Amino acid sequence: MTRPLGKDLLGLEPLSGEQIKLILDTAEPFKEISERAIKKVPTLRGATIVNLFFEASTRTRVSFEFAEKRLSADAVNVAAAGSSVSKGETLVDTARNLEAMRIDMVVIRHGASGAAKFLADRIESNVINAGDGTHEHPTQGLLDMLTLRDHFGKLDGLKVCIVGDVLHSRVARSNIWGLTKMGAEVGVCGPRSLLPNAVDELGVRVFNRVEEAIEWADALNILRLQLERMTAGYIPSLREYNRVFGVSRERLERAKRDILILHPGPMNRGVEIDSDVADGPFSVILDQVTNGVAVRMAVLYLFSGGKPELAEAAKIGAGER
Amino acid sequence: MTAILLSGGRVVDPSQRMDDVADVLIVDGVIAAVGARVRNDAKGRDDLETIACDGLVVSPGFVDVHCHLREPGREEVETIATGARAAAAGGFTAVCAMPNTDPVTDNQAAVGFIIRQASLANAARVYPIGAISLGQRGEALAEFGEMVAAGAVAVSDDGKPVASAHMMRTALEYARTFGIPVADHCEEPTLAKGGAMNEGIVSTRLGLKGIPAEAEEIMAIRDILLARRTGGHVHLCHMSTRGSVELIRWGKERGINVTAEVCPHHISLTEEEVEGYDTNAKMNPPLRTADDVAALQEAVKDGTIDLIATDHAPHHYDEKEREFADAPNGIIGLETAVAVNITWLVEPGIIDVPILVERMSCAPARVFKLPGGTLRRGSAGDVTVFDPTAKWTVDATRFKSKGRNTPYAGMELTGRARCTIVGGRIVHRASS
Repeated sequence: MTRPLGKDLLGLEPLSGEQIKLILDTAEPFKEISERAIKKVPTLRGATIVNLFFEASTRTRVSFEFAEKRLSADAVNVAAAGSSVSKGETLVDTARNLEAMRIDMVVIRHGASGAAKFLADRIESNVINAGDGTHEHPTQGLLDMLTLRDHFGKLDGLKVCIVGDVLHSRVARSNIWGLTKMGAEVGVCGPRSLLPNAVDELGVRVFNRVEEAIEWADALNILRLQLERMTAGYIPSLREYNRVFGVSRERLERAKRDILILHPGPMNRGVEIDSDVADGPFSVILDQVTNGVAVRMAVLYLFSGGKPELAEAAKIGAGER
Repeated sequence: MTAILLSGGRVVDPSQRMDDVADVLIVDGVIAAVGARVRNDAKGRDDLETIACDGLVVSPGFVDVHCHLREPGREEVETIATGARAAAAGGFTAVCAMPNTDPVTDNQAAVGFIIRQASLANAARVYPIGAISLGQRGEALAEFGEMVAAGAVAVSDDGKPVASAHMMRTALEYARTFGIPVADHCEEPTLAKGGAMNEGIVSTRLGLKGIPAEAEEIMAIRDILLARRTGGHVHLCHMSTRGSVELIRWGKERGINVTAEVCPHHISLTEEEVEGYDTNAKMNPPLRTADDVAALQEAVKDGTIDLIATDHAPHHYDEKEREFADAPNGIIGLETAVAVNITWLVEPGIIDVPILVERMSCAPARVFKLPGGTLRRGSAGDVTVFDPTAKWTVDATRFKSKGRNTPYAGMELTGRARCTIVGGRIVHRASS
């Protein structure tokens, strides 16, 4: 079995630019499957995958589930609530029990940074990180990059600014690593209290004012602002956040050029993004969701041992694993 | 009683500025003689046990002023007996037990319990440290007077900071009455809240909430200023940052009654150890940067840091085998301390063996006013014999401690205790 990417997808930081390109390229042929009337290929027939979600998630879980189903894998969802986890079972015991059922792959979402790595170190199955604490969310980073590449035709030299709560964002970290490795320039913009103190060491440009970020960027990736950041005292109010950092049509129009708008969702309309921007002509927010399924199909295919050069053939079930 | 002759070792006793090849004779539990021809005087005693110490260092016994022995309350993790045996195996003749047990050691009866358990253990001496506040809740002072009368040697709310500056001030003043130090765990709680490691680029990359250096430094300078105001003796536990070193230096230059300790892990390891989310690299204060390590090493050399203490903190395997943010803080240290100190301080030439003995034996005994820390004639027969060049690989499964949580597992270290003598009794003897 070939493993061009290693056993697990824990983040984009450990991957090389070539490996990231491989995943994005592999996602291309998988896009078409979701456009068919019968959205199913036999590629992962017989593979068993557990979607182990310790945090509530609709978008990511459903996206993984569609990716698994469209590849004919046998997928089981385990949500933390209602499982033995809520009875006090430790993560290591949960992992061992899953392993004992001879599964092939685990997709894990967990509130603790490092939880995916913890699991990967202790089980033989492939582990796909679907978001761990404030560490990484690699498939989100990949689908953001695929969407940018679809639109601009390249990532190299692109200027992408991440706007919002970078401090608590796993999406921001995966985007910073992924885009930087693919040759893009990355900016971050947000209140200093929501940027990491060591942000300057991440190799990104820092903007204090969203107007400057808009002036500079080809694309904005706007992060969701969690309500609890206000109650925890990081910012005074959502109202002021919107007035200072909210991406509005007026602010975008001042740039006098088109700026692509991304958002990992779910959106707080009227807080970090105004509705006329979210629904406007330069928003690719729904394209991100569509690409999410293709990227996750590519990830499942590659990490289960699929040969990248056979991804096209894999669509009809002829690809080797 | 018997007599023990430690013959032909390099006798290092900074309390007498001594560093010579000599013999040490211990009779009836006290140091009877130290010198070149002591073996002749001892000749003919039929109760004499002679231990050849050629090539080894003979020093006053190591004293650890900061460890957690978990009894009462968490006997499955450590007991006073297993902790005292681990101490002996590490070359410590005396240790001070922190009061964050369950129940908290905040009254004379609890202090008496520890003294009794220690006497039954028959290993290293164990001195209780009483709590500053009842239940370590930071609300009402514990009864220092009764605890001292029962055998407590200091007070501390270690594990928790004394959040209230007023409480700290009062504790320093009240402790002065009894001549004991107030040992503080310096951590500004609102800054450190939820933190799992040092704040910096590594915490940013790993997505772990950081604890900034300032959380320690703010409390360090607060305590130093309160010691100046009150004249009390403040002892700053487990200092971990360059800034703290500078603040302590500032205080000492002004004659303020401040002493400070550093742990072996803070002079040897950096935040990089957390990479891969290794919970055995999780402790509070956290591992800091290479620059902090360099500053702390320099402070051990120049005496800004008075002494080295382990902060030995055993945890059950299951407690550490979990998500990083949820794992408890702390590592064991009694059985690796001298080796870590030799490997990272003596071998690279930062300090010599006499300074090592000063920081591990003389200074801790002096600062906490404990017996030992000297080989003067008539003092307690607490002696450590160690091999400063022995190389060994850390295998936690062989420790006397019940704890296995060490970041040094599998590492090759230099330096090992060969024989530990407490009150003239051999409590540890390693096969060479």
